[in-house]
Amino acid sequence: MKKTVLAAFAAALMSTTAAMAGDVRIMWYTDGVEGEVMKDLVDRFNKANPGINVILDDVGYKVVQEQLPVELEAGRGPDIARVTNLKTIAQHWLDLRPYIADAAYWEKNFGDQFDWMRPDGSDAITGFMTQLTLTGGYANKTLFEQAGVPLPGPTATWDEWVEAAAKVKESQQLNAAFVIDRSGHRISAPIASYGGNYIGADGKPAPVDEGVKTFAKKLVDWTAAGLMNKEVWVSAAGTTYRPGIEDFINAQVAFYYSGSWQIAALSTKIGKNFDWVATGSPCGPAGCSGLPGGAALVGIKYTKNAAEVGKVMDYFASEAVVKEFTERTLFLPAHKGVAAGAIDFKSDDANVKAALDAFVKATGQVLPTANALPAWKWATPVYGVLVTRISQVMAGEMSIDDAFMRMDEDIKAQVAAAK
Amino acid sequence: MLVAPVGWLARLFDPPLRALQRVGGYGGMAVFFLAPNMLVFGIFVLFPLVLNLVYSTTGGAALFLGDRSFVGLAQYERLFDCSNYLDPKSCAEDLFWTAVWNTAGFVVVQVVLMVVVALVTALVLNRELKARSFWRAVFFFPVLLSPVVVGLIWKWILQRQGLLNLGLYELGLTQVNWLIERGWAFTAAVGVSIWAHVGFYALILLAGLQAIPKDLYEAAEMDGTRPARMFWRITLPLLMPNLIVVLVLVLIRSVQIFDEVYVLTGGGPGTATLYLTQYIYEIGFASHLRNPGLASAASILMGGVLVVLTLLQLGIGRRNEARGKK
Repeated sequence: MKKTVLAAFAAALMSTTAAMAGDVRIMWYTDGVEGEVMKDLVDRFNKANPGINVILDDVGYKVVQEQLPVELEAGRGPDIARVTNLKTIAQHWLDLRPYIADAAYWEKNFGDQFDWMRPDGSDAITGFMTQLTLTGGYANKTLFEQAGVPLPGPTATWDEWVEAAAKVKESQQLNAAFVIDRSGHRISAPIASYGGNYIGADGKPAPVDEGVKTFAKKLVDWTAAGLMNKEVWVSAAGTTYRPGIEDFINAQVAFYYSGSWQIAALSTKIGKNFDWVATGSPCGPAGCSGLPGGAALVGIKYTKNAAEVGKVMDYFASEAVVKEFTERTLFLPAHKGVAAGAIDFKSDDANVKAALDAFVKATGQVLPTANALPAWKWATPVYGVLVTRISQVMAGEMSIDDAFMRMDEDIKAQVAAAK
Repeated sequence: MLVAPVGWLARLFDPPLRALQRVGGYGGMAVFFLAPNMLVFGIFVLFPLVLNLVYSTTGGAALFLGDRSFVGLAQYERLFDCSNYLDPKSCAEDLFWTAVWNTAGFVVVQVVLMVVVALVTALVLNRELKARSFWRAVFFFPVLLSPVVVGLIWKWILQRQGLLNLGLYELGLTQVNWLIERGWAFTAAVGVSIWAHVGFYALILLAGLQAIPKDLYEAAEMDGTRPARMFWRITLPLLMPNLIVVLVLVLIRSVQIFDEVYVLTGGGPGTATLYLTQYIYEIGFASHLRNPGLASAASILMGGVLVVLTLLQLGIGRRNEARGKK
């Protein structure tokens, strides 16, 4: 009797561990409709692969940004994660080379971005970009038309865009003329257009330069004048991310600077309420640059099921799946084969096709200083410092010159603390 | 009916307890009974406290102690590197001192208001009201809500396009950016924390009020004492032990303020409602390049303040106890 009970217990335990051995947990976040698409793809994978059980945890972006790094530091975490902080914590990503079927396929199609998501000097394949993104602007075409203000052209400067949006604000009684997401990443594109460069000759962060100072001053002045929506930037302390998309969707601003990943959300939430257009990035003296980037699906080093992770990653990186994901999510593909072929974006919204075309066209305008940032490990800490201090200036807590001094000190302290 | 099973259960434990007493003696039994509690306390309170102290002497962004370098008191030196403590701008870690002074301001205003509002609420609820139980439940209800829910509810009410501004708009009044103006954001933080917790403290005071013998009031009434005088001469002195408990509890809770304010204002506008616990959270967890050592040092300092407040509570409690015995 005793033996039978023990045998049953052992069998139950083995069946449990066997089930766990096949589990692959993905930490995912959703900007637009990609969560639904991903769920569908996961369901199909699970049906076709009974030995592997993929579990999709669709969490808030804040969880990925704030909780995942702590889990990873503790040597824990999901098996796969969708992340945007690719480089700074790249030491936690799994080298997929031994577990994927055809490394050459991965290198050929995704290789251009591998350096973005692996430690400096490494040749590891840690994942692939689920989409490429580019920061850029959106204008509420209907509001511009109602105000009788012509949309600024493709070479219009930031000043010209703000001036035009200010006229729309005045005419249409808007809350603000424009809004930029509260994010250091977002303002780094205009900073590059104003000649700013964060990367020093030694590869470490350089002191804030004239490019940073010029755009930061403009942003603060526009906020003080009530042209930039103060609420988004001032409503939090520290590095907290705050999107400005709700103000644009609710037609509270005429111009919104964010990025290509918002297309699906704008299409879904705005619907037929008004016409909107993607404008690319306004220009500064150095160019009209957006900031490239994107989200990557990466394997996590601490997984107990690396072989299964390899199979799952092979599935999501396959050309057919990337093509379907791209067409349904309205993202720009990182897969070279998919990008080169015909993409049939699944949307009846006329604004969407034009917006995607505008972003593809804007990729040619990216400046080298902006292009270097996704693969630079100090980019994310510098973004955080910029947001923290510029917000304080906007809130009237310190002068802009004090803020520049603090930015340099904060960055120096962060570099020292990271040793 | 319940006596038999309880007796049976007690007898079940009798042999092992007797055996233990034989081994440990009469005095050893106290240790045996306290051990589980001390074990839990040790694992969940004492060990993290010691660990936190050790972390505060290390540097780097790594989480595991083995991967961190020993820096001695460097984190404390950074926190105290100030030419004028009253001016956070003169400090190396200006956000820490901003949080310290913000917390101090919040504590002073919130504690005074909380105690007054709790006292008034308790006095009102102690009167012969219609549907008194209902009103007591109404005041206690927010205590049952999660702080995150409290923060979100009030955010929906107070944000620019929130319910309050909608109401003002309908009435033709000027709308206010409640969470963007420094003064209003502070007022909102204090007001919401009072709304969320006042029921709990009012309940403690209500219990104290109900313990005051009615005949004291009857005697005073017969002597023609005015209600205000009865309040100052009877109610307040006899309620003082409860009032002091409430005061110290509010004080401790106030220093720890985080959750509902973090959800409501995010520490903004700027850093106007950045309090110590949020600073520690930001540095230790939310920052793009975390600094667990600095966060630990700040939390040790905050812990020191809380220990002082707790000792104050214990001291006052003992003094009251001694007075009661006299």
